[in-house]
Amino acid sequence: MTDEPLLRVSALSKFYGSRVGCENVSIDLWPGEVLAVVGESGSGKTTLLNCLSTRLLPSSGTASYRMRDGQWRELYRMSEAERRFLMRTDWGFVHQNPADGLRMAVSAGANVGERLMAVGDRHYGRIRATAVDWLSRVEIDEDRIDDEPRAFSGGMRQRLQIARNLVTGPRLVFMDEPTGGLDVSVQARLLDLLRGLVTDLGLAAIVVTHDLAVARLLSQRMMVMKDGRVVESGLTDRVLDDPRAPYTQLLVSSILQV
Amino acid sequence: MATPLVVSDVAKSFTMHLRDGVTLPVVTGVSFSIRAGECAVLGGPSGAGKSSILKMLYGNYAVDEGQIIVQHGGGLIDLASANPRTVLAVRRQTIGYVSQFLRTVPRVSALDVVAEPLVERGEDRESARAKARSLLAQLNLPEKLWALPPATFSGGEQQRVNIARGFITDHPILLLDEPTASLDAKNRDVVVELIAAKKAAGVALLGIFHDLDVRDAVADRVIDVTAFAAGKIAA
Repeated sequence: MTDEPLLRVSALSKFYGSRVGCENVSIDLWPGEVLAVVGESGSGKTTLLNCLSTRLLPSSGTASYRMRDGQWRELYRMSEAERRFLMRTDWGFVHQNPADGLRMAVSAGANVGERLMAVGDRHYGRIRATAVDWLSRVEIDEDRIDDEPRAFSGGMRQRLQIARNLVTGPRLVFMDEPTGGLDVSVQARLLDLLRGLVTDLGLAAIVVTHDLAVARLLSQRMMVMKDGRVVESGLTDRVLDDPRAPYTQLLVSSILQV
Repeated sequence: MATPLVVSDVAKSFTMHLRDGVTLPVVTGVSFSIRAGECAVLGGPSGAGKSSILKMLYGNYAVDEGQIIVQHGGGLIDLASANPRTVLAVRRQTIGYVSQFLRTVPRVSALDVVAEPLVERGEDRESARAKARSLLAQLNLPEKLWALPPATFSGGEQQRVNIARGFITDHPILLLDEPTASLDAKNRDVVVELIAAKKAAGVALLGIFHDLDVRDAVADRVIDVTAFAAGKIAA
C-alpha cells in the first residue's frame, strides 16, 4: 500500500441553477479502498458520482487523479479525449441499469472484448480467451459468449457489465447502485462476487447506494449525504454502529430487521 | 518494552437525536493500561459500559473525550483521534477483536472466514487455510462444516468460527467480547488454553467474561467498570 492517495477531491460543488446538486464535498481515496456514498434519493450522491467520473463538470472545486506513471492530473483540466481514454482504461463505471453500460445488440464476448480493443489489443484469439476468462470470473457460462445481453437475466447482465468494466484492469471503479433493482438472492450473489473481485484486484471503488447493508458489506469507509451535503463520514462500521448525525441516526434506525 | 495499550480519561455518551436529543452518558474517566502477556477482564453488571469500552478500543464507537494510546508499527497512535485509514491499519496489524456474534458474508466458507485476517495481512492463501484448519480442529468444529458458509451454523458453531478468526493472527493486542458465551464446557476449556497461549506469547488481552469459571481461569486482574459510571440519564 502506498502512502499517496489515488484520488483527491477538494470542495466540489455542483449547482443546477439555484438548486444544489452537491456542495463542498472533499474526498481522499487511497488505492484498494472502497468508499460508500449513502443517502436517499435526491441527496446528491449520483450528482457527486457523475462529477467525480467527469460525466458531469462541477460548478466549483477540484479533483486530481494519480495516473499510472505517478503524475497527478487535474481531472477538470484534461481534454475530453484524455478523459474518455481514462474512462476506457484506468476507470470503470458500473451503472444501476446494465443497459446503460452494455451494448445490448452485440454479443457478451464482444461487450467484454470491445474494452480490450479500446486499449489497443488486436489479437482476436487473445481477446476471446480473455473474454472467456472474465465471463467465468463473473460466473457466466462459456457457452453464452455469443449470446446478446438482451437474452440475459438482470443479474447476468449486471455481472456482464462488471466483467466489461474490469477487463482492462482499472484502478478505480465507480458504481451507481450496482445491486439496485435485483432480487435479493441475485443481489447476495452479486455482492459476494464484487467483494471478492475488489479484494483480489486491490481496486479502489466509490459505490453509491441507498442500501446500508450493501455499504456495510462492500466498503471500509462511508459518507452520508443529505440535501447535497456530507452530514457524516468515517469508518463504515463506526458510522453504522455509532451514528452521530441526526440524519444518519434516522437512516440507521429505519432499517427493517429480518 | 513499552505498554501496548494505555487508556486515559476516556468518556462516551450517546446523543439520541430522534428522542429530542436526549443524552445517554455511558462511561467517563475511563483510565487503565494493559501490559504485554497480561489478560485483564472488564467487570461490572450489564449496562455498565463494558462492551462500549471494547468497541471504542476497536474504533467501532467514537470517543467523546480522552486518549487511547496504542503501540502500532513502532510508534504510538491515539486511536481516539485517528483517521479511518489509521484505524484500519491498526486493526490489520495491531488490535484483534473477537465479537460476541459472527457477522457472516453470504457464500464464504467457514474456512475462508477464519483465514481472511491472515490473507489481509499478505499471507499466502494456502498457508492461511492450513492454520485455519488446525484452529478449527482444535476448537472441535466438525470437519464437514468447514467448506460451508457459517450463516446456518448453530450459535456455538458460529462462535467457534469467530474465535478461530480472532485467534489466528498474532496481533499484539486482542479484545474479547464474551467469546465463551455459547460454548459447552469442553470448548470453553479450549478457549482458556488458547488465551493462555496468547499470554505466553506476550499478547495483551482485554476481555469480557460472564462465565466466572473462565474468568477465574484467565484473568490476571479485573477492571471494575462501575468506577467509570457516568451517572444517571440526563434529560
